[in-house]
Amino acid sequence: MQTNGLKVNELSVFYGEKEAVKKVSLSFAPQTVTALIGPSGCGKSTFLRSLNRMNDTIGGVRTTGEIWIDGVNINDPSIDVVELRQQIGMVWQRPNPFHKSIYENIAFGPRYHGIKKKKQLDEIVEDSLRKAALWEETKDRLHNSALALSGGQQQRLCIARSIAVKPKIILMDEPASALDPVSTSKIEELIAELKKEYCIVIVTHNMQQAARVSDRTAFFYMGKLIEADSTEVMFTNPTQKETDDYISGRFG
Amino acid sequence: MNAKTADRIATVVIFAVAAFIVLLLIGLLGFILVRGISHISWDFLTSAPETIKAGGGIGPQLFNSLFLLVLTMLITVPIGVGAGIFMSQYAKPGRLTNSIRLVVEVLSSFPSIVVGLFGMLVFVQKFDIGFSLLSGALALTVFNLPLMVRITEQAMSGVPREQKEASLALGLSRWKTITSVMFPIALPTIITGTILAAGRVFGEAAALLFTAGMSSPRLDFTDWNPLSPFSPLNPLRPAETLAVHIWKINSEGLAPDAAEIAAGASAVLVITVLLFNFGARWFGRYLHRKFTATR
Repeated sequence: MQTNGLKVNELSVFYGEKEAVKKVSLSFAPQTVTALIGPSGCGKSTFLRSLNRMNDTIGGVRTTGEIWIDGVNINDPSIDVVELRQQIGMVWQRPNPFHKSIYENIAFGPRYHGIKKKKQLDEIVEDSLRKAALWEETKDRLHNSALALSGGQQQRLCIARSIAVKPKIILMDEPASALDPVSTSKIEELIAELKKEYCIVIVTHNMQQAARVSDRTAFFYMGKLIEADSTEVMFTNPTQKETDDYISGRFG
Repeated sequence: MNAKTADRIATVVIFAVAAFIVLLLIGLLGFILVRGISHISWDFLTSAPETIKAGGGIGPQLFNSLFLLVLTMLITVPIGVGAGIFMSQYAKPGRLTNSIRLVVEVLSSFPSIVVGLFGMLVFVQKFDIGFSLLSGALALTVFNLPLMVRITEQAMSGVPREQKEASLALGLSRWKTITSVMFPIALPTIITGTILAAGRVFGEAAALLFTAGMSSPRLDFTDWNPLSPFSPLNPLRPAETLAVHIWKINSEGLAPDAAEIAAGASAVLVITVLLFNFGARWFGRYLHRKFTATR
């Protein structure tokens, strides 16, 4: 699935009077992984959540600026947010499978979007689970509760759930920070695999993880985008002093 | 006193308080059941009461209590759950929402005798429904509704935000998110709340004295046409409930076995409430399993 990626222009997010994200402009190319790094409270998660207008669901948040996907500014108030969100998948810090069976977790979205035939749904479920490297572990217990899976499996299920509705972009908010090292490396392998089809934006606190999984890295500090470049350049030869200080561990 | 002693004393006190409550409950239940259970028989449960002779039953009253419960819940649950969902998911936080919440809280702590008088003036007289099951159900709705609203609101707000966001992120509408993702998670709490509300209906007497009335027509249990005045299903007939009956025979009963009837009726009331509680809890768990596929 080819897309033109995502382009953000002068995006600001306000919590009441407080400006949590300050005029950020940033582009995300298709089939790349972009890592958003920065100390806690720097606005990177808020920025991520504004990309699928998830901040709309919290009262008192105001977002200005433009977010362009395929020639449409999705931050336009007249945009149908419900339809938009189907194009942008999201994965949270803590695994949050629905309190339903493994099968239902994945079939739930596609069925709502009009796929009613059982055979077609079965295919989507298998395909999504395979892509999320979870099929072999779950194929014999698809109708068991998703809550019985381990944390790492739950997180892969959440990834499978988000790709089942065929998004163009996947947003990940610290997807591995609540997981053990083995599960973390599985998620990272998965990200590398998913990159072939999707534009992925990942928020992470883990510098090594950013270096391992991403093609590009953007450094946020105090609500501002300080610098964004290829991950290699960012980690070896950043142009801004704050970036250098943060990456070399002098603060944050 | 060092921390260890304080800890030990606190533990003892907490255990003692818990034991006291449990003993109180057992004592109360035991007293009611022991006094009343010998009087309970099939005949007692099904026959009509006698005014001056001994040997009357509580059949119509038991039926009235159950029927009133169903009627009240039919009105309360849909409106209460709807309003609770509105309060937690749609209402914007602000002055208006807060004042609605305050009104709801005040309404639920209204003295039931006042609600009964209000019911008599408004439903019985103004709307001219008369002493009837419907008036009684409407009066009970007045103070059950707030409970239902508050419990639904809390249950829906207690659903983790990530669950809601996960559904919205898949491109599902707000309504679908509420009904298919959030409501099943909130359901066990809502069921518990419904039980609490229902328990109040069962035990309520004061609010019913002036609304559902203190008498029951000669019910014809073979006539199930809801429009016939002697049909048990007619919601517009007066109906004395079990709790009202207990109060009445205790204060003005003329039958020689009035005390035994009151004791038996109390035991029946308590047993019914217990059965209803367990049944509803089981039902809540069953629904939760069914909706969420957890085992």
